[in-house]
Amino acid sequence: MHGDRIVLARHVSAPAARDTVANLNARIRSWWGIVFVFGAALLFGRVVTLVLFAILSFLSFREFMSLTPTRAGDHRSLFLSFFVVIPTQYWLIGIDWYGLFSIFIPVYVFLLLPALSAMAGDTRDFLARNAKLQWGLMLTVFAISHASALLLLDLSRYRLPNALLLLYLMIVMQISDVFQYVFGKLFGRTRLSPAISPSKTVEGLVGGGLIAVLIGAALSGITPFPPLQAAGMSAVIVIGGFFGGFVLSAIKRDLGVKDWGRMIEGHGGILDRMDSVSFASPLFFHLTRYYFPS
Amino acid sequence: MKSALRFGLLGVVRLLAGAHADWQGCAPGPRQRIYYANHTSHFDTLVIVAALPAELRAETHPVAALDYWGVSALRRFIAVQCLNGVLIDRSGQSSTDPLQPPAELLARGHSLILFPEGTRGADGDIGRFRSGLYNLAQRFPQAELVPVYLDNPRRVMPKGSFLIVPLICTARFGAPLTLDPSEDREQFLARARNVLLALADPQRSPEPAVPTAA
Repeated sequence: MHGDRIVLARHVSAPAARDTVANLNARIRSWWGIVFVFGAALLFGRVVTLVLFAILSFLSFREFMSLTPTRAGDHRSLFLSFFVVIPTQYWLIGIDWYGLFSIFIPVYVFLLLPALSAMAGDTRDFLARNAKLQWGLMLTVFAISHASALLLLDLSRYRLPNALLLLYLMIVMQISDVFQYVFGKLFGRTRLSPAISPSKTVEGLVGGGLIAVLIGAALSGITPFPPLQAAGMSAVIVIGGFFGGFVLSAIKRDLGVKDWGRMIEGHGGILDRMDSVSFASPLFFHLTRYYFPS
Repeated sequence: MKSALRFGLLGVVRLLAGAHADWQGCAPGPRQRIYYANHTSHFDTLVIVAALPAELRAETHPVAALDYWGVSALRRFIAVQCLNGVLIDRSGQSSTDPLQPPAELLARGHSLILFPEGTRGADGDIGRFRSGLYNLAQRFPQAELVPVYLDNPRRVMPKGSFLIVPLICTARFGAPLTLDPSEDREQFLARARNVLLALADPQRSPEPAVPTAA
């Protein structure tokens, strides 16, 4: 990864190309930061990892809801979402309560929050407001929490700590993201959807995705899967990650924004980096779980 | 001690409300200014002070109502000591000119932050402007009049609630107003209000220099 940066930086001189390299470097840096932070958290154990993911969910949810309009009638629902729903979801993972963890937000929170909102009495934009809140929770809390939920899976044939599986998910996702960008810039010709994302191309997706799958297969040693299955799982991560970014880009266009936030040095917010994690994590989690019936 | 408390208080504000400054119409600088903003939440003053660069805070004073912020020792401490605010008596019962304290600060070349509505507005509306802005603008024509639209403090802590929802707030600083000598008070206040309303439109920040293509 470091080698790529140097090679590219030496070979480009035009301003636009320099911008691309700068963007790429920033991307690589922020993704390495994520992997490093996760790695460190995983070393410190399950509680630290869950707290870290809870913070990521908190920040992503905050960015999402800051840009989607709500009214005073949603105030109680929002307060509960931030300070009760998020801690509860991660606590359920921490105590290994898979049954409730998997239905808490899609069933109980889904029913409770609109009920509270209805009791507040404000019906203007009622459906839109509640739908946006539920979407925000499903995306930034429910979906992202599935990455950390890998820690509670009982993988009978797997001798290594589950934490490595989580690291594997993050690594493959980073590689997929970075190489899709690189291939897109180098060989990108056929735009997938100019209206939604001007930079996503077929060449970028296929080229970058292939590299990620190959590396995912090569890293199968740290996973419970044999190389072929690992390649399949990596393909799932690539596709899930791609659509996560794609769908959230569509939402951003709808809201008329370029980025979700500004936390990462002028290159977007937390949700801009976690969007791929949000789609890929539940898929990876459930496929892994299905693969190891307990 | 005071600056440590201010740092702590603003740190908490940033954590809870992510106070972000969007300098659309002008740039932050040591010029004498009268900032005027919409008022929707007790969080407003905290957000706008947190959004200003640290070096400007010593000489930029939010104007706070005596009947709220002067009521208890703690509130007075926060408003005056921590936020460098100046209290005005808007009850109309004092014999002196209520604008005297802020005027004194302007005479010394300092800047002010005003909330011309005088009270917290309801969901999304900007209420009628009181005359304080006009009076001060007339007396101190050298001060730049900068409209500031505060987006989201209303959602962080709306009128009537004490629950804090940690959404990201933005202070959008618009282009300075010019004084038109032919305008009377009502015309001026209406124009100032319209400029602030225009800032409310979701005009997102200009594209960053390096695109963050998804």
